[in-house]
Amino acid sequence: MSSDVQRRPAAGKGVKRPAGKWVFWLLVTLAAVAGWWLVYSSIERFASWLVYGALGMSAGNRLASAIAFFVYESPKVLMLLLVVVFGVGIIRSFFTPERTRRLLAGRREALGNVLGSLLGVVTPFCSCSAVPLFIGFVTTGVPLGVTFSFLIAAPMINEVALVLLFGLFGWKVAALYLGTGLVIAMIAGWVIGKLRLEGWVEGWVYATPPASSTAGPEARMSWAERFALGRDAVKDIVGKVWPYVLAGIAVGAGIHGYVPQDLMASIMGKGAWWSVPLAVIIGIPMYSNAAGIIPIVQALLDKGAALGTVLAFMMSVIGLSLPEMIILRKVLKMPLIATFVGVVGFGILVVGYLFNIVL
Amino acid sequence: MKIEVLGTGCAKCMSVEQNVKKALAELAVQAEVEKVTDIQQMIQRGVMSTPALVIDGKVVFQGKNPTVDQLKHFIQGT
Repeated sequence: MSSDVQRRPAAGKGVKRPAGKWVFWLLVTLAAVAGWWLVYSSIERFASWLVYGALGMSAGNRLASAIAFFVYESPKVLMLLLVVVFGVGIIRSFFTPERTRRLLAGRREALGNVLGSLLGVVTPFCSCSAVPLFIGFVTTGVPLGVTFSFLIAAPMINEVALVLLFGLFGWKVAALYLGTGLVIAMIAGWVIGKLRLEGWVEGWVYATPPASSTAGPEARMSWAERFALGRDAVKDIVGKVWPYVLAGIAVGAGIHGYVPQDLMASIMGKGAWWSVPLAVIIGIPMYSNAAGIIPIVQALLDKGAALGTVLAFMMSVIGLSLPEMIILRKVLKMPLIATFVGVVGFGILVVGYLFNIVL
Repeated sequence: MKIEVLGTGCAKCMSVEQNVKKALAELAVQAEVEKVTDIQQMIQRGVMSTPALVIDGKVVFQGKNPTVDQLKHFIQGT
């Protein structure tokens, strides 16, 4: 799209933007943040009041400890989810696959892989459009390896997972997840690029003529529209995952209250070398239940499972998914899919062992 | 008027198709609604994220699942 066409509707539409509107939105945001913080910071007091005060349970009781876990964790995680999903929705309103494609087209490899992974995190992407996106990328000069960096990072770094890790494990684990996820996407994409596997892409992909017409108006969005997109993201994502989150926290609460301390140390602890590959293998066929799995895993960690094993498990659950591979099979030949799984799986394995050794 | 819904067959794409028909019925507008699942056709039109809506050959949005009311605006060209 020529920049000329792009500017015209924006100029026509957004001429008048009264300053009063800005103040209004700012006040609404501030009020919402203040209200949110007030509720968020009183959850812990409320939970202990409810369980040990109103219900009159004694502190050493197993049931009490399970209920207290649930009553505290569920509103906390749901509230974090609201804020982060809303925020990510707004950030994503600044990016479109089209703009990302333009940023990535013709990039040199190393830098392209870094950029591709980062854009994979912030570009709105649904795995059901993986195929048109893949073709749109590779036929317009985005290198195959860079495209893979994007495709690996997009599902692997998931805002719901990030929230759950932050809420249940703290910011350090959340940052580790974000950082290592990005590094895996960068390196795996770079390796796939170096292997020159273009021959394992289905032939018709490169035969597809690139877009003859440019698509979609890219009018400038107003802040009201961006807020609306954030709200839509909350409705869409939180509306879908909340039952899994609650179910996961409930199971976690059960483990928290009833599974004896250190039982997991022998199965998922640092000493068990096979726990990392096992976690990766179990994780691959599981899909989209990341929201429900993390609270369970948190409880396991509490009982002696090792952090690296837990991270590896989570990454393979959300980063390598069977449905996405089936979708990608349309454009990739089997050996390339196998290479993709192998390279990413290996990366996750290394991360798992690394954290078990370092921490 | 010719309306094409471009999609790979995911839940969102079907919802767009249904909502388009609903919007047309509510507006009492006659239009030909066609579902396009061929990926090469999508690429030809420069569409990389689905669902996308094409009205009379022009892509009006992609990668969205608008409400019936929003679809009415697209159909009426406002």
